[in-house]
Amino acid sequence: MSIQSSQRNEQAAALSIEDLSFSYSGRKALDKVSFSVKSSECTILLGPNGAGKSTLFSLITRLYDSHHGNIQLCGFDVKKETRNALTRLGVVFQQTTLDLDLTVMQNLRYHTALQGMSRKLAKQRIQQELERMCMYERRSEKVRQLNGGHRRRVEIARALLHKPALLLLDEPTTGLDVPSRQSIVEHVHQLVADQGLAVLWATHLIDEIYPQDQLIIMHKGQVRVKGSVDEVLKITSSASINEAFRRLTQGENV
Amino acid sequence: MNILHYWRAMWGIIGRELWRFVRQRERFISALVRPLVWLFIFAAGFRAALGLAISPPYETYILYEVYITPGLMGMIQLFNGMQSSLSMVYDREMGSMRILMVCPLPRWFLLVSKLVAGVSVSIVQVYVFLTIAWFYDIEPPLVGYFWVFPALILSGLMLGALGLLLSSFIKQLENFAGVMNFVIFPMFFMSTALYPLWKMKESSELLHSLAFYNPFSQAVELIRFALYGQFNEYAFIYTFCAFSFFMIAAVIGYNPSKGMMMKKGGK
Repeated sequence: MSIQSSQRNEQAAALSIEDLSFSYSGRKALDKVSFSVKSSECTILLGPNGAGKSTLFSLITRLYDSHHGNIQLCGFDVKKETRNALTRLGVVFQQTTLDLDLTVMQNLRYHTALQGMSRKLAKQRIQQELERMCMYERRSEKVRQLNGGHRRRVEIARALLHKPALLLLDEPTTGLDVPSRQSIVEHVHQLVADQGLAVLWATHLIDEIYPQDQLIIMHKGQVRVKGSVDEVLKITSSASINEAFRRLTQGENV
Repeated sequence: MNILHYWRAMWGIIGRELWRFVRQRERFISALVRPLVWLFIFAAGFRAALGLAISPPYETYILYEVYITPGLMGMIQLFNGMQSSLSMVYDREMGSMRILMVCPLPRWFLLVSKLVAGVSVSIVQVYVFLTIAWFYDIEPPLVGYFWVFPALILSGLMLGALGLLLSSFIKQLENFAGVMNFVIFPMFFMSTALYPLWKMKESSELLHSLAFYNPFSQAVELIRFALYGQFNEYAFIYTFCAFSFFMIAAVIGYNPSKGMMMKKGGK
C-alpha cells in the first residue's frame, strides 16, 4: 500500500455510502441511501423484512453493482478499487457459509488461503481469533457437530482473520436461542470496544441494541432516521426504540 | 507478493474441492458406477448388435467396449462439469459462493480456479475408471495414459466452463432438471461417444452434422486419439475454441454489473 493510500485509509470512514439507489425490475429497493460507519462504532441497521437491508449488503459486497450513488470502504470505491476495498471488509452472511463436512480449522484455512496469508501467519491468526471466540479447543471438530451459536462464532472469527476495518453482519443471530444470541451480541460489542473495529449489523431484533450504539432505521428502501440511540429517541419523540421503530415503519411522519 | 496471493488462493480452492470430493464417498462411487454400468452392461449388450469397421485411431477391429471407453471418459467429465455447476448454484443459494466472491481477487481468477479445481477432480475420476477398465481388458498403449492427460485437461476445462456458464444463467436449483434434459442428454447422445460419425451418417444426415458440430464430440475425439498416442488437430482446435467461448461468456455472466444479477432486473 502506498503512503498516499494509507493516509486516505486513516482519514476516511470505514464505510461511507452516498446517494445509493437500486431497483429490481422497476421496483425501488433502495432510494437515495446515505450514511457512514466510523471505526470503534457499532451501527445497527434496523428495518422490517423488505426494508432493503439485504440489497444494501449485496451492493457493499459487490454481488451486484449500482449505477446510482457510491460506496466507499476506507476511502476506496468498491466499484473502481474493488480489491483494495474488499481487503478491508469482513462479512458474516445471513445463511451459514461454512462447509459442514470440513473441520473448523479447514474452513478457516480455506479463508486464509483466499486472503493470501502465509501458513505461519494463518496459524497464528486462526489461533488468536478462535481463542477470542472461545472456540480454539474445538478446532478439529467437523462444523456439522457444532450448534448454531458455535457455527456463528466460527464465522465471526473467520470474518476477522484478515483484520478487516469493517465487519458486516447480516442478521447473524437469526434462528439462535437466547443465550447464544446474547453471547454473540456481547462478543461483537467487545470487539468494537477492544479492537476499534467498525461494525454494521443488520437486524430486526431490537434487544440487540446497546445504548452506545449508532442506529439507522430503514423502511421501504429509505433511511428514515440515523444517529445515536439517544438522538433517535429525541428525533422521533419516543420513549423506547421499540416505539421509534413502530412509528417510523408504520407510516407516521416524523 | 501479489503472485503469492494468487498461488495460495488457487491451491486453497483446489485443495478444498479435492478434499470435499474424497470426503463425499457416495459422490465418488456414483461418479464411477455410472460409466462402469455403461461399460459392463450397455456396451456388452451392444457388442453383438453393432459392427465396427476399422477407423482411426484404431488399427484393428475393436470391440464395442473399446470404442465406447473414451466416450465414457468424456461422460465422466461432462457430468463432473455439470455437477460443479450444480454445486455453484447451490453454493450461491447457500452463500458460500459469496464468501469466495468477496475475497480480494479478480472474479475471473476465482472462476478459473474453481474450474481448475473441478477439472482436477474429474481427472482423478477418469484415471480410476481407466484402471478398472484395464482389468476388463481395455488396454490402450501405455503412452496413451500419458498423452490423454493434457487432452483431459482441455476437455475438462471446456465442459467445466460450459457448466460455469450454465450456472450463471440458472437462477434456482430447481431448474437444474432442465439442464439434465436439455443439455447433458442431447450432448451425450448426439455425439461420437456411443457411435462413430460414419455410422450416424447412414441413418440421418442431420444427426451426423449435429454430432459433428457438438463440442462434446470433439472433446471425445480428442481423448480417443490421445488415448492411442495420436493428436487430433481439428478436435484440439475445436475444443479449445469452445472452451474460450464458454469461459468468456461465463466471466461476463458473473460480472456484477453485466451478468446474471442484472438480468434479474437490477438497475
